[in-house]
Amino acid sequence: MLVIDNLRAEIDGKTILNGLSLAVNAGEVHAIMGPNGAGKSTLSYVLAGRAGYEVTGGTVTFDGQDLLALAPHERAAAGVFLGLQYPVEIPGVSNLMFLRTALNAQRTQRGEKEASGAEFMKLVKVAAEELGLPYEMLKRSVNQGFSGGEKKRNEMVQMAVLEPKLAVLDETDSGLDIDALRVVSDGINRMRSPARATLLITHYQRLLDYVVPDYVHVLVAGRIVRTGGPELAHVLEADGYAAIAA
Amino acid sequence: MTALAPSMSALPSRRDEEWRYSDIAAVARAWPVAPEAITVAAGKAAHRMVVQDAAPGSATIRQFDITVEAGATLTFHIINSGGAYGRVALDVALHDGARFDLGGVIIAGGDQVLEIVTTVRHLGPNANSRQVIRCVAGGTATVTYLGKVAVARAGQKTDAAQSFKALLLERGATANAKPELEIFADDVKCAHGATVGELDKNALFYLESRGVPPVQAQALLTRAFLSDALASIADEGEREAAEARVTALLA
Repeated sequence: MLVIDNLRAEIDGKTILNGLSLAVNAGEVHAIMGPNGAGKSTLSYVLAGRAGYEVTGGTVTFDGQDLLALAPHERAAAGVFLGLQYPVEIPGVSNLMFLRTALNAQRTQRGEKEASGAEFMKLVKVAAEELGLPYEMLKRSVNQGFSGGEKKRNEMVQMAVLEPKLAVLDETDSGLDIDALRVVSDGINRMRSPARATLLITHYQRLLDYVVPDYVHVLVAGRIVRTGGPELAHVLEADGYAAIAA
Repeated sequence: MTALAPSMSALPSRRDEEWRYSDIAAVARAWPVAPEAITVAAGKAAHRMVVQDAAPGSATIRQFDITVEAGATLTFHIINSGGAYGRVALDVALHDGARFDLGGVIIAGGDQVLEIVTTVRHLGPNANSRQVIRCVAGGTATVTYLGKVAVARAGQKTDAAQSFKALLLERGATANAKPELEIFADDVKCAHGATVGELDKNALFYLESRGVPPVQAQALLTRAFLSDALASIADEGEREAAEARVTALLA
């Protein structure tokens, strides 16, 4: 589904990704772990197409098409979802308006029929209930006045409604207490299916106790230095990144 | 009042403080101006919506001389978007316990010069005024808000607030804001704030990353920004109509 080959990217002339290669098949969950500054967030932003991240080499293919040639909104419509580490607050735009606009924009781009008000309501209500986010909160401005945990739950509500093929979750576990971590993990696990893939970007191993990945990759200095199964996360937790990188 | 009764005076120049950002050649085309008088009788409530949507290239000045009598309330909204030059000016006299709520929207593009100019006179005690002005300017347009609050000696317990925010969509656009306070009473509360900025790039990317095309994302954020000025329209149907008008202007 996703093939990243020898990807190089820089910000302000500084090389962050330095020959990163990775292949993710449908149905798989991959975890990318690494120390601060390794390029984890940069990878997620490059995949989503954020301005300011310049790709200087390599390719990214998603479902057979050149992902890097698409604008951010086209990538979303193609099925890529980025769960942000720091979800943005948008005063004056309700969560419901935000999400409905997004869903229908994606459907329009894919040549599908827009969701009716009733269909949309149902999708959101189910997702919000499963993720323990009171529906009333979704009437408020996007993420405004939300706690860190509520913002992350909200990201998962958006993901559940938008039903992406590939979810790239950037430190979705940061700032969550143990109960919220469990709820968010359940949300990620519910999305697992043979047709979908997930890229979990995380600093700590604890998320991987709840969302058990098929593969764990260690990202150091902009490239993947080691790949293994779920047990690799425990090795990292015990020995630290320095031991792996050496 | 003389300075604010332009039909009675000579054509202003840019040396006049109230006209320093105006397009004087266009002002001349709109001159003389016939002020419109509005009086809200004691204890009554009124709402007025002024839409300045004159034809492209035209010059329009609308002047309102307003009296809000004791205990009366006036809610006033402006959507200023038309013509090459468009000015909506209010001179408001507030008496004992009167309340005045203004919500002003300016949407300017091309080389438009659009202005909202207010003088709110707190003549009696306990009067309350709230002004919320939201502007968006693209191209090389100029948007201006001049807001003067004058509190007379009798205007004790005045509560006056002005909030101005402008969004510049392009580098060539200009926003001018000048709040002015003239206070002769000693127990008053007068607040004002002004900010000029651009659309939040993080919010734009957030919307785009969820599948919303850039043009639509920009319109959504701009509309949200402007809606602050329309929030004080009490009637839901009227508020929605005003928001729909704004949405259409941004399209």
